[in-house]
Amino acid sequence: MTPSTNTLDPHAHPHPTGLQHHFADMEQQADASKIGMWLFLVTEVLLFGGLFVGFALMQGRHHEAFLAAHHHLDRSLGILNTVVLLTSSWTMVMAVHSAQQGERKRLIVYLALTLVFACAFLGVKYLEYSHKFHEGLLPGKYYSHRGDTVPGQFMFFSFYFMMTGLHGLHIVAGMAAISWVLRRAMRGDFSGAYYTPVEIVGLYWHLVDMIWIYLFPLLYLIG
Amino acid sequence: MNGIRSILLPVAGSEYARSHDTLLMFILALTVIFFSLIAVLSVTFVWRYRRSRNQGPTPHMTHNTALELTWSIIPGLILLVLFLWGLKGYIAAGVAPLDAMEIQVTGKKWLWAFEYPNGARTINEIHVPVGKPVKLVMTSEDVIHSFYIPTMRIKQDVLPGRYTELWFTPTKAGMHQAFCAEYCGKSHSDMLAKIWVDEEAAYQKWLEEGDEHTRTMPLKDLGRLIWENRGCSTCHSLDGTRGQGPSFKGIWGHAQKLADGKTVVVDANYIRESILMPQAKIVAGYEPIMPTFQGLLREREIQAVIEFIKSLQ
Amino acid sequence: MADAITVPSAAGGTAERRSYLNESRGLWSWLYTVDHKRIGVMYLWAVLSMFFLGGVFALLVRLELLTPKRTIMSAEQYNRAFTLHGAIMIFLFIIPSIPAALGNFVLPLMLGAKDVAFPRLNLASWYVYVLGSVFAVTAMITGGVDTGWTFYTPYSTTSASSVTTMTLAAFILGFSSIFTGVNFIATTHKLRAPGLTWYRMPLFVWGMYATSIIQILATPVLGITLLLIVMERVFSVGIFDARLGGDPVLFQHFFWFYSHPAVYIMILPGMAIISEIIPVFSRKTIFGYKAIAWSSVAIAFISFLVWGHHMFVSGQSRLAGAIFSFLTFLVAIPSAIKVFNWLTTMYKGSIEFKAPMMYAVMFLMLFGIGGLTGLFLGALATDVHLHDTYFVVAHFHYVMMGSTTIAFLGGLHYWWPKIFGRMYNEKLATVGAALVFVGFNATFLPQFVLGFRGMPRRYYNYLDQFQPLHAFSTFGSWILGLGLAVAALALVTSLRKKPDAPANPWGGRTLEWEASSPPITHNFEITPVVTHGPYDFYPEREH
Repeated sequence: MTPSTNTLDPHAHPHPTGLQHHFADMEQQADASKIGMWLFLVTEVLLFGGLFVGFALMQGRHHEAFLAAHHHLDRSLGILNTVVLLTSSWTMVMAVHSAQQGERKRLIVYLALTLVFACAFLGVKYLEYSHKFHEGLLPGKYYSHRGDTVPGQFMFFSFYFMMTGLHGLHIVAGMAAISWVLRRAMRGDFSGAYYTPVEIVGLYWHLVDMIWIYLFPLLYLIG
Repeated sequence: MNGIRSILLPVAGSEYARSHDTLLMFILALTVIFFSLIAVLSVTFVWRYRRSRNQGPTPHMTHNTALELTWSIIPGLILLVLFLWGLKGYIAAGVAPLDAMEIQVTGKKWLWAFEYPNGARTINEIHVPVGKPVKLVMTSEDVIHSFYIPTMRIKQDVLPGRYTELWFTPTKAGMHQAFCAEYCGKSHSDMLAKIWVDEEAAYQKWLEEGDEHTRTMPLKDLGRLIWENRGCSTCHSLDGTRGQGPSFKGIWGHAQKLADGKTVVVDANYIRESILMPQAKIVAGYEPIMPTFQGLLREREIQAVIEFIKSLQ
Repeated sequence: MADAITVPSAAGGTAERRSYLNESRGLWSWLYTVDHKRIGVMYLWAVLSMFFLGGVFALLVRLELLTPKRTIMSAEQYNRAFTLHGAIMIFLFIIPSIPAALGNFVLPLMLGAKDVAFPRLNLASWYVYVLGSVFAVTAMITGGVDTGWTFYTPYSTTSASSVTTMTLAAFILGFSSIFTGVNFIATTHKLRAPGLTWYRMPLFVWGMYATSIIQILATPVLGITLLLIVMERVFSVGIFDARLGGDPVLFQHFFWFYSHPAVYIMILPGMAIISEIIPVFSRKTIFGYKAIAWSSVAIAFISFLVWGHHMFVSGQSRLAGAIFSFLTFLVAIPSAIKVFNWLTTMYKGSIEFKAPMMYAVMFLMLFGIGGLTGLFLGALATDVHLHDTYFVVAHFHYVMMGSTTIAFLGGLHYWWPKIFGRMYNEKLATVGAALVFVGFNATFLPQFVLGFRGMPRRYYNYLDQFQPLHAFSTFGSWILGLGLAVAALALVTSLRKKPDAPANPWGGRTLEWEASSPPITHNFEITPVVTHGPYDFYPEREH
């Protein structure tokens, strides 16, 4: 009969483009993919949730130290990054919309723009991080900033670096996913009938943006 | 019932332990009853309804609301009773009487250090009088430990950076074993302590004369131990260095100039007076800040300090 | 096509049957497979290997405990042995065992589907598992870990052993667990065969669904907790360090927030298997289908509210203790309901006492003990006495080994003909089951008494008075080990035979029994249409 269909070889037998053999139709496949991504996003919320809870508890314990420490953060750069990420979410929405409409060129442009804004975000973060390293505002035992009137500020920076670092890793992962989708878009894999990967990468990207929306006020605007 | 209790549980060292055991035996009875029910029913059913004897068709039983509610609600009520009873004991164990004698406990890898209100210190054992409440105020110098006294049925984790408490009123004289009950590394299982519950007379004797250590250690060595552990070392050096108080080096038998101009020879009487009434004679050039050790050092301990200073030529 | 009883085909078969096992050959066809059945089998061998490794550590631990002082190893070695026993058994064996090895194989078949929703994610989860085990083995051979599987701070953040490597192993393994959970939920929602409504699904699927909810919600919290340990060790971030203004007890809250639900990740699949075996081997419809189904979901949610019962003496407030105790008793109720429902299913059944059913009955008794002994620990006053003693060790072995592992063995025997197309050796299986039952109780029943009498856990040396019970327990562990070896023999020796298993050796009514034994790669030649419930053994009567 047909050769083995349970391998990673996508050309094993004919199907509507992109329909995997175990799904009855494209709609079922798209629905399943979305359920899968939403479930994964729930895990991400809980992952970051742990850090948020830890931060809240330590802030409660060391209120003055956290207040003093957060003054070292550059609010304008934080606002800039927030705007950058929000814009990248908008370009992502436009990318999904373009895919839905079958507009390949626009899809590619919007995906590329999203990547550009993501790079910008990382660039600003690089500026912030290098400034912190220069000042000795480092996590935990590497904290070497001089002239603190309030002791214990290293704890704030422990959390600052853990939370923005983990978030940054997720930005990088998101960029990888967007690049993959971009490549597939350039290859012509998507159409109005099939663009699920764009949608689910979009969902992921929105979550990464959302996490920053919570991080920013928590770290930059307390007090 | 009592027979089973004495096999399963250690002796009850306090009234609280006794009441704890009543709850435990109640839960045990429930466990035995419900387990027997499950075991007897399942084995009986497997035998009685075996396929060779019972080909079928089997009855179509999908549910029985009344039955299901009954066996949900009745266990639920029993569990409520267990919860309330357990809570009652927990609160009783958590609130120490106001007149409890406090003993400071420090756990560190891998020993227990105790300090009495009068400053007396012991390692890995304490003496307490029978019938009087004792409160342990505990902290750790390193990792999390836990102080567990099975005969009292009590336990409390001992934390770094915090104080936790444990209290008991022992009713049974004898040695009660305490264990470290939170894994803390290599010698976790050797981190034991002995709690000696003494009858009143024996306890008084211990207060006056101390434990075997205090009673029999060579005086000079005991004196050094006291110098190390009872605070003397914080002010009086052994090598001539000036501290808050004069160094002990080489003072025995020599004359000391006092603040009021008089001179005194350092002998046994002078040392004893300085320990019990430190303000009586102040060495010139020093402040009158030494605290008294009246009631804090036993007779033999004072003799030990004297012998120790004598040996520092 | 589905009869109440399938007549076994002529013994053996001259030609080897076409199935997922032989439709493609060679190592790469396995390593690149996206067939849920092959992935399930790869998981099976992986978790069984880990079970063996964890078991070796267990036997070593018990051997050391034969005498009160040193028997065969030093204290440092002993502390590593019990830590590795726990970490391997929990992260590398029990948590993946039923979902990844049996669930992966059986769930799509039970739903009448061709595969899980995300076959490639499934394969990825296996590779992630393998990567996690590589990290774990690396931790073992680079000096081991001596913190206990619970990694309490500050000990774990200051221990010189390979804590970072092992916590990273557990972190990686968490992803494997999450991927499986995501897959099962999506599959259950979207890939059910026509006619398979939620209330016609086998209870095994309900159990796996509830388990998946926990896997998704709880595992990430473990993930972040483990990362925080690594951050403490590498950067001294301070969150758990009292000297730096942090709180060591906070670690316990984070850790148990995952690890308590985790124990329900372990027991729900076991219960799910029992819900399959008992009706089939009693040839009687399950009593209280909806109660059992919703109990699983209820347990999944309540399990998130009770973590503090591991911390009654940790220094948390008495009020918190009271709340956690109350909620802990609450979660006991759905479990009790299940036990009563299973027993009532057997009542007036037509019982075939083959190996799967033996394991199911063992489960009822051992879970009975495990659950009931949990009452001592849920009640505040008695927990103060019994916490961190051998009583706890006995309790959790009764639920993790006596219940989950026994259910796993039952399920393995039950589905063995489906997975490998061969009937296991019933006589050997019976001997194995009996030895396991005797050995298990001999090992762990004395440990309840040790706990009552005040013997703390994780103790290398112990007082002489505890020796008789410890020695008895050690002898029991040898019988248990022997029993497991015999059970393994009963299963594995069947693989030398030619395939002889009929499609439906037990007369089950769930969809996996409509596929051939073993199934073809697509599972079903044509997608089944479901017209009856999963435990309707008398269709003429039921409809």
